[in-house]
Amino acid sequence: MRDVAVVGFAQRQMKEFDGSPTCVELLVPLFEECYGQTGWTRHDVGFWCSGSSDYLAGRSFSFVQAVDAIGVIPPVNESHVEMDLAWAMYEAWVKIQTGEVDTALVYAFGKSSAGTLRRTLALQLEPYTMTPIWPDTVSLAGLQARAGIDAGLWDERAMAEVAQRSLSDAEANDYAIRRGGSSVDELLARPMYADPLRKHDCAPVTDGAAAIVLAAGDKAREVRDHPAWLTGLSHHIDPIGMGTRDLTRAPSVQRSAAALDLDGVEVAELHAPFSHQELVLRRELGLADDVAINPSGGALVSNPMFSAGGIRVGEVARRIWSGDVTKGLAHATSGPALQQNLLATLSSSPTDQEGAS
Amino acid sequence: MPRTLSAPVTVAFDYTRSTGPVLGRFLTGLRDGVVVGARTSEGRVVVPPPEYDPVTNAATTDFVEVASTGTVTSWVWVPEPVKGQPFDRPFAWALVTLDGADVPLLHALDVASPAEVSTGMRVRVRWAEERVGAITDIAGYEPVAGGGDDNDGDGASRLAPLAPQPPSGDPVTGVVTPVELDYLYAASPEESAFYRGLAEGRLLGQRCPTCHKVYIPPRSACPTDGSPTTDEVELPETGTVTTFCIVNVPFLGQKITPPYVSAYVLLDGADIAFLHLILDIPAEEVHMGLRVKAVWKPREEWGTTIENISHFTPTGEPDAAYETYKVHL
Ligand SMILES: [Zn+2]
Repeated sequence: MRDVAVVGFAQRQMKEFDGSPTCVELLVPLFEECYGQTGWTRHDVGFWCSGSSDYLAGRSFSFVQAVDAIGVIPPVNESHVEMDLAWAMYEAWVKIQTGEVDTALVYAFGKSSAGTLRRTLALQLEPYTMTPIWPDTVSLAGLQARAGIDAGLWDERAMAEVAQRSLSDAEANDYAIRRGGSSVDELLARPMYADPLRKHDCAPVTDGAAAIVLAAGDKAREVRDHPAWLTGLSHHIDPIGMGTRDLTRAPSVQRSAAALDLDGVEVAELHAPFSHQELVLRRELGLADDVAINPSGGALVSNPMFSAGGIRVGEVARRIWSGDVTKGLAHATSGPALQQNLLATLSSSPTDQEGAS
Repeated sequence: MPRTLSAPVTVAFDYTRSTGPVLGRFLTGLRDGVVVGARTSEGRVVVPPPEYDPVTNAATTDFVEVASTGTVTSWVWVPEPVKGQPFDRPFAWALVTLDGADVPLLHALDVASPAEVSTGMRVRVRWAEERVGAITDIAGYEPVAGGGDDNDGDGASRLAPLAPQPPSGDPVTGVVTPVELDYLYAASPEESAFYRGLAEGRLLGQRCPTCHKVYIPPRSACPTDGSPTTDEVELPETGTVTTFCIVNVPFLGQKITPPYVSAYVLLDGADIAFLHLILDIPAEEVHMGLRVKAVWKPREEWGTTIENISHFTPTGEPDAAYETYKVHL
């Protein structure tokens, strides 16, 4: 395996992006930031990969238009996933492992506010028995939350505690679109929205984009004194049918975690767009009590579609670059009620996974 | 003035899908008023039936009819239904384990408030009046007064009473799922400037500061080198046809009777052609190199739209030399 590190990260998150759903004008400054961080030009990028969805954009081939922000003369090595940035990063990591390229810039974008997000996402569901009745994202999460409450695995207070911590931590995150904790009791006094969910239990609709730069070996060391080495990547998927899943569990997370070494993780950025989903993830991951969970505030304070999972990777990488932590875990999810999950371990040492550091 | 122009857009299309033997069996059952599940190798009855056994991966063949009454295993309140959901008034989604099944089936539960729902409550399928072999043949669930003791938990050995519509017709082999999505579509700031220019009778493009190419409509970045395009340029309304097609085929939403010509017009000074109509000339006489100019609609009909230009018409000039447009083909 080649040693590959995250060496660049840029993000934008906002309640409403006043621009086109191809987000070209949003991507240009993101790429400028990545060039600034690495000292590269676009010609130093060996592979480009993006994550986005035409359903979100309301137009076909929106990712092709977004390529304008790269420039294609001379022709570029480019690909796309109809998934979150984290999966685009996974594809780039594989590309670097093949030895064909040493560097990659991956990006993702989405203007969630252009349509009705919770409705649009019904197109991710099983197309014969679910999509035709348009179950919305918030409702599917609510069914999952209720299943856990009924099973005695968590309660409304535990969910409010997650929201309270996220809102408080978000005060230090310039990109969060919702911030400012009050108290768990105050949150519990707010009205139900989609019973058993209150609005603060659900991620806000968020527009935005993000970019991550990967580099192998010495290329990474040239860019950063403390590159954030990707020491483990694993992703799995649970069944598409909601009925056949135990909604209080996420076996795909557990399975992904089992493939990685989580010992010594100091910080975990978990992509949980609903408060109870963080509780599901924490249980499946079995993290120690002293692991800092979502110091950015997490997806409950801003959840730009198709980049929020990758932003978790970027947030962990930033903390490794600065020397604040030596090992972290990033998680990304996609699909209804934590159906698909990707885990990445990042470390200040490229050999952490083998325990040789 | 907002930075961008926006307008509502509806994207609608029908997905036509074949069902295969397993989902086809399930949907045929719905059409005939019964809920069909399948028994897996582990002995569980799963609804809707999975196409392959989750353990052995063998194709599903062991079908079972389950009851149309069942028990709520989880639910959520829907205060603001979205378009296409089974009810347009507040309702609950419920996961319901039908009697005889081992896993729940998701559908809408018709109740007026969250106080009328609870985990463990008894409900029954309410069939749609007209059934076609789709999940929407179930109109939703409704509460069973008195707990629905007509099913005593005996499971799959007892069939729910069949709905009035008798089994009939051929097996369901396909479904058509209409999809309709509503957006507020925004143009980019550069495109917005272009459309605002059109409302003043001007054709605005942008020049790339790096490679000096001129794009119309303007884009947010130069597709050649990725530079943000910032320098606005106004272009003349004359240009050259670089390529074209004669439209002979009628299609939905067509505004002009075929045959007519749709062509790429390279405005003088531009480095990218744009698509418009060529009229006032027999279709078979349109050719590459033809010099054309914009014909504007009456000013009082103008808006922020390319339709301010009705079409392009021949100028009568000699054809442009091939060299003047060959790199733009
Ligand atoms: Zn250029």
